[in-house]
Amino acid sequence: MDGLVFDIAHLLAGGLVLVSFMMLYQGRLYALLNGYALHALVLALSVAWQAFAQDAPHLYVTAAIALVFKAMVIPIVLHRMIARLGIHREIETVVGIGPTMLAGMGLVALSMVVMLRVTAEADPLAREDLAFALSVVLLGLLIMVTRRNAVSQVVGFMSLENGLVLAATGARGMPLVVEISVAFSILIALIVIGIMLFRIRERFDTVDVNVLDLFRGERR
Amino acid sequence: MSALAFNPVVAILLIPITAAGLLALVPNYRLGARINMLACLITLLVALSLFVTETPPTGTYLVVDDLNIVFIALNTFVGFTTSVFSASYIGHELATGRLTPTYLRFYHAMYQLLLFAMNLALVANNIGLMWVAVEIATLTTVVMVGLYRTHEAIEAAWKYFILGSVGIALALFGTILFYMAAQPVVGEGLDAMTWTVLITRVAEFDGPLINVAFIFILLGYGTKVGLAPLHAWLPDAHAEGPTPISAVLSGLLLNVALYAVLRFKMLMAANPQAIAPGPLMVTMGLVSLIFAAFMLYRRRDIKRMFAYSSIEHMGIITFAFGMGGPLANFAGLLHMVMHSLTKSAIFYAVGHIAQVKGTQKIADIRGLTETHPWLGWGLVIGVVAITGLPPLGIFMSEFLLVSSTFAREPLLAILLVFGLLVAFGALMLRLSTIAFGTPRGSTAPVKASYVPMYAHFALVLIAGVYLPAPLVAWFRHVAALLG
Repeated sequence: MDGLVFDIAHLLAGGLVLVSFMMLYQGRLYALLNGYALHALVLALSVAWQAFAQDAPHLYVTAAIALVFKAMVIPIVLHRMIARLGIHREIETVVGIGPTMLAGMGLVALSMVVMLRVTAEADPLAREDLAFALSVVLLGLLIMVTRRNAVSQVVGFMSLENGLVLAATGARGMPLVVEISVAFSILIALIVIGIMLFRIRERFDTVDVNVLDLFRGERR
Repeated sequence: MSALAFNPVVAILLIPITAAGLLALVPNYRLGARINMLACLITLLVALSLFVTETPPTGTYLVVDDLNIVFIALNTFVGFTTSVFSASYIGHELATGRLTPTYLRFYHAMYQLLLFAMNLALVANNIGLMWVAVEIATLTTVVMVGLYRTHEAIEAAWKYFILGSVGIALALFGTILFYMAAQPVVGEGLDAMTWTVLITRVAEFDGPLINVAFIFILLGYGTKVGLAPLHAWLPDAHAEGPTPISAVLSGLLLNVALYAVLRFKMLMAANPQAIAPGPLMVTMGLVSLIFAAFMLYRRRDIKRMFAYSSIEHMGIITFAFGMGGPLANFAGLLHMVMHSLTKSAIFYAVGHIAQVKGTQKIADIRGLTETHPWLGWGLVIGVVAITGLPPLGIFMSEFLLVSSTFAREPLLAILLVFGLLVAFGALMLRLSTIAFGTPRGSTAPVKASYVPMYAHFALVLIAGVYLPAPLVAWFRHVAALLG
């Protein structure tokens, strides 16, 4: 039974890294968002499994937050925002897919080497989780630096944050996990509002509402 | 519960948070500014009472010890003087229509929330709670930097937001790793995140694991300290936000982030297996110092220039704490206090200068000592102080640092002196055109409160000429604690 618990936790955490890779090469914003929703779903499953494995009911709250807020609300809101801003056709990657994937593989290898070496004495479940979590964090950073669009940078940041939640839930009995995931959700909500203000501001500058107002004022 | 009500530690948290709630409800901005000042004053008095009353018992969440009491006193003092400056500053912003009363209501509430978050970060005994407090402080300042809603302000807030969030995410990862290291020794639960428990047991922790944790923490909180190469948010945030916020950012928030690094440094120093954190901090400090010193020459915006000067000084302070030992730590602490006082006073002057001239461009500001003697000479004193000329306080701390470094690592000392001289040249060059020469720009009289600015300068001067013996003893004691 212990072996199975470990294997499933391993599978889910590994799945999170895999979805991070999928997000890494998405050129279109909608595809990136769908990738993120999947990422959050895998996270929710993984956290729920940790809650079961560690017999820690408060982690179910974290899983529920991930499922409702990150896998549903945020992607839907961002989806609408992108549609309204009319930027869904934009394709943005600074570096080509090949080098990006190679860099991603390098980062994962790095995090495995670092984390597995330094956590030799830790609990094996937490140990593997931590190595995967660091990979997700580094891949999130890579997503952020290879994009120029504000929305895709935020999606990168949110995937990074999922890695942190994975690490926090993997650490057995860590207090404040729920609080931290709530704090992060607020942070993300603010970022989303932030983009809205930022992008809409940009729109106004190009559409130039002032000119419209002046024009109307003169006609009257 | 009655014991809680008289606990000054709880009071310095409760007062700002209550005031924040109250200020959000007060529509009149004049009243709001007064309440803001009053709340800051009461917090300051309560914080000072920590020195005279006996230290409250250490809890699982909150702690007051000899280290953070210095930070708390500095924090509440500069918080109070900035609120006095802000009251005269916002009057002008309202008159010119850059801010509306609705925004001011929001601004005052956020100001108190920021003070609350910084106080919480300072008294937190739990490394998770400390992280949460730093995050709240980041969020409130992000909102305030974007307060003017101009394109540049929103862009600056955005940049700050993204870089600050990444920094804070890395710091959280480091915190989680620290918990992982503590958990097998201390056991599951809150104890493994309580600083006072950690420091007694840290010697038994797994060395390699806390090494990795510290690197994440140094990078994460280092972003918030503004250390190069993670400083990119700092100049923009200082230049585009309201000037009281620039003063609080430079004078206080950078210190709070550094305080977090220091707490972890103390943990690292207590573990025999761990790497020495000193060399890492020395390197980051030196790089920031020299980089910022050169960047000072190319600045065209007056607030941006002093923002780079803050990077330079945070570099010096980090360098000092990285060197360690009683003398360098003493210099670091003194420098931190002096820098907070001087830099916030400079921003008070710069805020009024930018208001009267209607611009932040250095080229458009000339001959201030003739047109506005109080402001002009205030800025001259400030720059003389910040560049480390005698007899002001920063000279003392820099002299101590340089001489103690020469005794131990002459090569590093040469680099340090080089950085200091380069920065000195840049600031003096700019000062000569801003303060002297034929006046340019508006010469309208300014309605400013000079009291906070000159009060800070007086303190810096007194510290430079004569440091009272009890204060020296206190700093020496804290320096010994820092190891």
